[in-house]
Amino acid sequence: MDMPQPNPAIVSRKAELVERLHRVLPDRAVISDPMETRAYECDALTAYACPPLVAVLPATTEEVAGVLRICHDMGVPVVPRGSGTSLAGGALPTADCVVLGVSRMTEVLETDYDNRFIRVQTGRTNLSVTGAIEGDGFFYAPDPSSQLACAIAGNIAMNSGGAHCLKYGVTTNNLLGVRMVTMQGEVLDIGGAHLDAGGLDLLGVICGSEGQLGVVTEATLRILPKPEGARPVLIGFDSNEVAGACVSDIIRAGVLPVAIEFMDRPCIEACEAFAKAGYPMCEALLIVEVEGSPQEIAHQLRLIGDIARRHNPVELREAADADEAGRIWLGRKSAFGAMGQINDYMCLDGTIPVSQLPLVLRRIGELSGEYGLRVANVFHAGDGNMHPLILFDANTPGQLETCEALGAEILKLCVEVGGCLTGEHGVGIEKRDLMTVQYSPADLEAQMRVKDVFDPDWLLNPAKVFPLGASEARRQTPRASAA
Amino acid sequence: MLTPKDERDLAQAVADAKGPLWVQGGGTRASGRTPQGEVLSVAGLTGITLYEPGALTMVAQAGTPLAEIEAALEAEGQMLPFEPYSLGGVTGVSGDTTIGGVFATNASGARRVQVGAARDLLLGVRFVDGRGEVLRNGGRVMKNVTGYDLVKLLAGSRGALGVLTEVAFKVLPKPEAVGHVTLTGLTDAEAVQAMAAAMGSPFDVSGAVHAPAGIEEEPTTLLRVEGFADSVTYRTERLRDLLSRFGAGQIGTSVEPWQAGRALSAFSQTVRGPGGATWFVSVKPGDAPALMARIAGAHDCLYDYDWAGGRIRIHAMADQRALHDALRAEVAAIGGHATLIHAPSDLADAVPLTQPEPAPLAALSERLRAQFDPRGILNPGVMG
Repeated sequence: MDMPQPNPAIVSRKAELVERLHRVLPDRAVISDPMETRAYECDALTAYACPPLVAVLPATTEEVAGVLRICHDMGVPVVPRGSGTSLAGGALPTADCVVLGVSRMTEVLETDYDNRFIRVQTGRTNLSVTGAIEGDGFFYAPDPSSQLACAIAGNIAMNSGGAHCLKYGVTTNNLLGVRMVTMQGEVLDIGGAHLDAGGLDLLGVICGSEGQLGVVTEATLRILPKPEGARPVLIGFDSNEVAGACVSDIIRAGVLPVAIEFMDRPCIEACEAFAKAGYPMCEALLIVEVEGSPQEIAHQLRLIGDIARRHNPVELREAADADEAGRIWLGRKSAFGAMGQINDYMCLDGTIPVSQLPLVLRRIGELSGEYGLRVANVFHAGDGNMHPLILFDANTPGQLETCEALGAEILKLCVEVGGCLTGEHGVGIEKRDLMTVQYSPADLEAQMRVKDVFDPDWLLNPAKVFPLGASEARRQTPRASAA
Repeated sequence: MLTPKDERDLAQAVADAKGPLWVQGGGTRASGRTPQGEVLSVAGLTGITLYEPGALTMVAQAGTPLAEIEAALEAEGQMLPFEPYSLGGVTGVSGDTTIGGVFATNASGARRVQVGAARDLLLGVRFVDGRGEVLRNGGRVMKNVTGYDLVKLLAGSRGALGVLTEVAFKVLPKPEAVGHVTLTGLTDAEAVQAMAAAMGSPFDVSGAVHAPAGIEEEPTTLLRVEGFADSVTYRTERLRDLLSRFGAGQIGTSVEPWQAGRALSAFSQTVRGPGGATWFVSVKPGDAPALMARIAGAHDCLYDYDWAGGRIRIHAMADQRALHDALRAEVAAIGGHATLIHAPSDLADAVPLTQPEPAPLAALSERLRAQFDPRGILNPGVMG
C-alpha cells in the first residue's frame, strides 16, 4: 500500500508550525518530539506505520478551529483521529501531516430523555455514551466490536455498524446532528434534535466521509429505551449452505432478531480453544438474539427453533439464564482476539446479498486453498456483512503481500455477487485501490467533487478513500504544493 | 414534455437540454410552483428490477408506480417500512405516485419514528446528473460504507442534484398484528408528554400521532404497536398502564382505528377544495406545542402532530403568507425546518419551498448543486 511522499517543504517548516500551534493550544496538547509522535504512527491496521510531523490534542471546538486555520494557512495536511481503532488505516499519518486527535474531548453536553437524544463531544467512546444513560434505561444503538475503545468521531467518520444494526441501523441512522469544523476553520452546525434535513442532506454525506470533509467535534445522537430483555440462541449446522438457508428463512418468517451472527469451523475451533465457551464442533454456528418481554422472547425463540429444526441442526441451545447467554456471546466476542493469539490476521469487511452466502463461502474456501492461507469466517449474517479473517505470518517474507492479494480477490468476489467492498470498517488506505472494482471513474469523480466543495485544497486526510492515481491531480493543489 | 423510455434516453435528454428541466415522477407531489422549463418525466422508466424477499431488498426503476411496488411486496407479506404518504388529497393531483418521487422527496410517514425515514431505507441509487452523466452510488446490501454516501445526499434532493433512474431499498415483513392505545381530551402539551413517555418505553411504539381537532372536536392521541399478536396484546396493555396518568386509554386491535385516526388528522381534512396551503414542520418534539400555540394563536389553521410531536402538519385556507413568514421565523429561531408542501402558485412562486439555511450551509449546498449540475438546469429554485 503506497502513501504519497512527504512534502519536504512542509517538513522543513516544522519549527514554525509547532510555534504557531502552541499559540492556540496549551503546551501539553502539542506533541512534536519524534519519540512521542510515534504513539500516533498507526491505527489498528498495524501493518502500516508512519509517525506524523506533529500530533495535537485540542480540547474544544475553538481549539480545533485554531489548529485547522493554521494548517490551512500553511498548506499542511491534517489526519483526524478518534481512538485509532480503524482496521482500514483511516488514521494512518504521513510524515508531513498533523494528526488531530479528539481524545481529550469526552464530555456529555446534554441529555434529553423526553426528546430521546444525547449530545456529546466526539472523543467520547462509543460504550461510554451508553454508559452515561443506561442507568436511566436508555442506550445508544450502534455497537462496533471495538466499542470499549472507539470514539464517536471515528464512528461518524466510518459510519460504523455493529452486531445489533440488523434491527437498529448503523451510525448514519442514529446521528441527528453534528458540530463540524471545516479545513478552513469554519464551525458549522448541521442537523440538531429534530429529524431529517430541510434542504440537502449534508449530514448524510458527512457521515461516512472518513474525516475528509471536516472534523466533527460534537454529535447529537438518537438514544433508545432499553428492551425489557434479550436472549441469544445458538444453532449449529453441518454445512454453511444450510446455515445460510436458515438465516434467510428466519428473516422471511417475519421474526426480526436484533442480531444474527455466523461463524464457520475454523473460527469456531479458534474461539473454542481461546474462550472455552462450550461451542459444538460443527461446520457452521449461528447466534441469533431476540429482544422483548420474557413471553415475547419465548415466542420468538419458539419460531426460530421451529425454522431451525426444519434444517436439521446438530445443536440448538437456548440460553436459560444470563450466565449462559454470556457464554454464548463470549466466543463470538473474543473471535478476533482468539485469531490474534494463533496468527497474524487481516480482517475483511465486504457485504454481500444474504442470498449469496453459500456461494461466497464456498468460493472463499476455494480461494483459501489456491493462495495457501487459512481463512476463518465470522460475520453479521442477517445483513450480509462478512468478516473473513485471513491468517498469515507477518514474519514470513511475502506472506503479507499474499494475504493482501487474497483479500483483494475475496472483496472482488463480494462486489461480483452484488455486494460491496466494505460494510462498516471504511475504505481508508486498505481498500482505496480497490475502489475501481466497485465504482466507475465517473462515480469516483462525483464523490471527489463533494470533497472539492468541503475541502478544495485536499488537505484533510487526503490520501485515503480514493485510489492515489485518481486523486493525484487534486492533491497537487496550489496550497498543498506551496508550503 | 420529455418522456424518455430508459436511462440512456433520459441521460441523452439531460445532456441535450438547452434550458431548465422540470423533473417529474407521477406529478402527485406538485408543490404548486409554476413549472420552469421543459417537463422531464421519469414515468417511462418502470419495472421492478430485482426483488429478494429473503434478503429484504428490492430494486426498481424510478418511474415504477408506488402501487405496483406495494402490490409486489403485499404478495410476499412485506412492506415499505417507512410508510410513504400520499399527497393526492392536498395537491388535488391524481395520478400514479412513483417510487423515485417517494425517495426524491424523502416522503416518510408515521413509522419513521421506529424504522427510520425513506433516506434510511434507501440502499443504492442510479441517477443522471446535470451533465447528462449516468452515476451510481451505494448498492443493494444493508451495510455499505464504500466511498461517500451520495445515496443520502440524493434522497430528498428533489431532483436538484440528479434525476433518479433506479433505486434499491430495504423492505420489512408486514407485522402479524396491529394494536393501538387511544387517549382523548389531552392538550397539545400533555399529548406530546404522553407520546414522549410512550416512545421512551421499551414497548417499541411504531406510530405516535396527536390530532388536536380529533373526533367531533375531541382531541385524540393515537399510539401504535405492531408485531406478533400476543406481543401486541401484551405491549398495548402495558402501554395503557404506563400512560394512565394521562387518562383512561382505550385499546384497539384492528387496523381501522389507525387508519381512521390518520383520517382525522388535519392533514387528511385538507380536502376542502382548492386554495389551501400545507406545511410539514420538523422540530424537537418538546418544542412543538409552544410553537403551535404561537402559530395557531395568531393564524387560522388546522394542524396535527406526527412522529411523537417531531413533525407538525399544518394546513391553512387563508392568511397563508403571514402564517408562512411567521412559521419560518419561529422555526429558524428554535431549530428545525418548515417545508412548504403545497400551496397556490402565488405563494409557492414567491417563497422558498424549503427552510432557508444559515449562510455557511446555504453556500455549501449551492456549491454542491453546482458540482452535480453546473448549468443549473435541474429543477432550478426547488431546493432553496
